[in-house]
Amino acid sequence: MPPDYKALKNGGFMRQVQKNCFSLRLKVVGGNLTAEQLCVIAEISRKYGRGTVHLTSRQGVEIPFIKLDDVERVRTELAEGGVDTGVCGPRVRTVTACQGRAICPGGCIETYPLAEAISERYFGRALPHKFKFGVVGCVNNCLKAEENDIGIKGGYAVSWLPEKCTLCGVCVPACRENAIAIDGGGLSMDDTRCNHCGRCVKSCPFDAWSGEPVYLLSFGGTFGNLIAKGEAILPILHTEEEIFRASDAALAFFDQYGKPGERFRVSIEREGWASFQKYITEAVYG
Amino acid sequence: MAEFVDITDVVCPVTFVKVKVALEELDDGQELQIRLNGGEPVQNVPRSIKEEGHQVLKLTQNEDGTYNLLVRKEGD
Repeated sequence: MPPDYKALKNGGFMRQVQKNCFSLRLKVVGGNLTAEQLCVIAEISRKYGRGTVHLTSRQGVEIPFIKLDDVERVRTELAEGGVDTGVCGPRVRTVTACQGRAICPGGCIETYPLAEAISERYFGRALPHKFKFGVVGCVNNCLKAEENDIGIKGGYAVSWLPEKCTLCGVCVPACRENAIAIDGGGLSMDDTRCNHCGRCVKSCPFDAWSGEPVYLLSFGGTFGNLIAKGEAILPILHTEEEIFRASDAALAFFDQYGKPGERFRVSIEREGWASFQKYITEAVYG
Repeated sequence: MAEFVDITDVVCPVTFVKVKVALEELDDGQELQIRLNGGEPVQNVPRSIKEEGHQVLKLTQNEDGTYNLLVRKEGD
């Protein structure tokens, strides 16, 4: 009986050009691995592959040249070493994330816990086509939120605290959107210009700007055969609960309206952005 | 009277390096006046000084488009 290539692929074993060889995709959330996991991966690659790994475009790791006969042994040994295998095919894929504010001075939100929570909730869930989530910590957008089916970008909702402000002037040029001005009448802020980058908060020497972490979501991004940027159809979100209401609804929409083999964006476009926006907005705000 | 350093003749990251070197020469509590360019230097240098733990006091724009930044050296 020939091997069930589809089942193997769904479990992360991707058929190679070379007969009976598979490139094994591992589960990595937010590009984050421990040194122990890296040692296990290295050992498996030496023992069952050719001593190499491939770093994927989505922060994953693949071990090529795993032989068909070794598939089960490799899976077991990886699991024993605390490394899970990934997925492929029409389902929720690896959740990517930058290091966020736990590590990066630019970060506005905690990206790793959020990526873990998203992965916990959706990873591997079957859908009409592949589905990608990406989390970025700030509007610098190093990890390109809008190329994902759902992109989550962190930011700050800022407020000025006049009692702490000395009108020192640092925030005025720090703001790249020219939203802040200081004149004889004091400081003024044009909210419509604010892009939630948080530079005023981070540069203020007197903590006279406070920043509440918020989330900017984009939907329907894709960067393969079809290249299109995800669309921001919601106002800024303030809680993880709101994110999950939005993404639960987005996946339900895709389940309901998506045809097998078409990307999320194509389903949205067929149903119309306006009705999609209504669908998601109602799910978030009731 | 504050010490003075001009960083309009250099670009990032030397801008901040020059400021750091100038601050190292000072005692805690002493002030430093920095002349810097608009754009990237004025967006980034005050924040870097804050992140190093010093106190930024005042930023003013000069008629030639450069800025003056007054900072106070803080101990560890």
